[in-house]
Amino acid sequence: MATELNEKAQILDPPAIQRAVTRIAHEIVERNNGTENLVLIGLRSRGVDLARRIARELMLIAGTETPVGTLDVTLYRDDLGKVGPQPVVRKTEILFSINEKRVVLVDDVLYTGRTIRAALDGLIDLGRPRLIQLAVLVDRGHRELPIRADYVGKNVPTSREEQIQVLLTEEDGEDRVVIVTP
Amino acid sequence: MGLARKDLLGMQELTSDEIRLILDTAESMKEVARRDIKKVPTLRGKTVINLFYEPSTRTRTSFEIAGKWLSADVINISTSASSVTKGESLKDTGLTLQAMYPDIVVIRHPAPGAAVFLATRLAASIINAGDGAHQHPSQALLDLFTIREKIGRLEGMKVAIVGDIAHSRVARSNIQGMQRMGMEVRVAGPRTMLPRFIERLGVEVFTNLERAVAEVDVIMMLRLQTERQQAGLFPSLREYSRLFGLTAERLKAAKPDVLIMHPGPINRGIEIAPDVADGPYSLILNQVENGLAVRMALLYLCAGGGQTSA
Repeated sequence: MATELNEKAQILDPPAIQRAVTRIAHEIVERNNGTENLVLIGLRSRGVDLARRIARELMLIAGTETPVGTLDVTLYRDDLGKVGPQPVVRKTEILFSINEKRVVLVDDVLYTGRTIRAALDGLIDLGRPRLIQLAVLVDRGHRELPIRADYVGKNVPTSREEQIQVLLTEEDGEDRVVIVTP
Repeated sequence: MGLARKDLLGMQELTSDEIRLILDTAESMKEVARRDIKKVPTLRGKTVINLFYEPSTRTRTSFEIAGKWLSADVINISTSASSVTKGESLKDTGLTLQAMYPDIVVIRHPAPGAAVFLATRLAASIINAGDGAHQHPSQALLDLFTIREKIGRLEGMKVAIVGDIAHSRVARSNIQGMQRMGMEVRVAGPRTMLPRFIERLGVEVFTNLERAVAEVDVIMMLRLQTERQQAGLFPSLREYSRLFGLTAERLKAAKPDVLIMHPGPINRGIEIAPDVADGPYSLILNQVENGLAVRMALLYLCAGGGQTSA
């Protein structure tokens, strides 16, 4: 948690997070010509909270309810057995078909791209979407795979030694994005 | 967190946090079982060997399917078709398998301690799938999972385990696991099938079935090993069934919504009447289904998963 690390700078405050979410929702509507056949899939755990917020914005903009699902990519990671801690598996809950749907994957931070690679594998095992787009609150660079986001809240150049910490009210009791150093 | 050891040998070594982690992981694994494409790449490149020295349908098949759904390479060795028939010892079989670099060896053996014996000699993770009358941890874990799934919690629940307690690894593992999770356990059976000093495990002991099942939330019937009759532990199957068989009539002494469990295979009409085994409160097939999810969780955790909530 942030308390155990040195906070270097605050990148987004609560109003900035809200503006980023609103803007992403508008861009999603614009790029997809509305919200027909659109579904949002949040990556555990903060991606899910962001997906729900985007869904609320879509409701205000387009007046339609967009289904939100939850994807846990733990079973698709490529580093099981490598040195270092492995995550606890949590539930994937997508209670609707993604076949022929426009899927927007939502995550908090885009970094190496490996989590998104795992998420793409996971989604494709669950059905055949018409297309998959990616929305992230923060893109911090350092990609290790040819993956890019379609919707970005904020681009933040970082060094590998730094960490980006996204705090959301639903999980952490406050809205903030900060750069921290060990 | 994760498992604090490379092997899963018995319930006595697991903390309540570890049991909870296994059950929570299994809950997530159940989602894979409901998919059209039941396969995730988690254990790609890992090798699981099922080494079974005793017959088994449920345990061996579910460990095999669990491994395959997680994309591990699963090899089954039944001893009747292996070098064991030529007199190879367990140690030599273990070392031979070790030379083939398995990541996990699941072993069932008639001798208590066989899994521990292998665990001290092999680098691979050893999962005990039953060693004599000693331990059967994956069965106890799937039983705990099934109760938690049905009732919503474990703490404070009352269970009666009925049958041949003395020779049952399922009973031993369940008593330890259930008590670790704060459940109240009672055992019931003929005196000849209750081990001396079993009270010291902290269980209540009954020799009357009606009294044993009163006020419990779960009744767990054990398979009567019919070969025990030869040993003189009970006079006849008919008498055993008359005194300790779970029938609809006997269930009247229990709570109306009591849950019925049985590790299988069942002797219909001996320890459990067919209408009870197939009745609305029977969880016998839920246990089989949940066995898959729990064994997926065990393979994942023994392969190094579940150490952080990141």
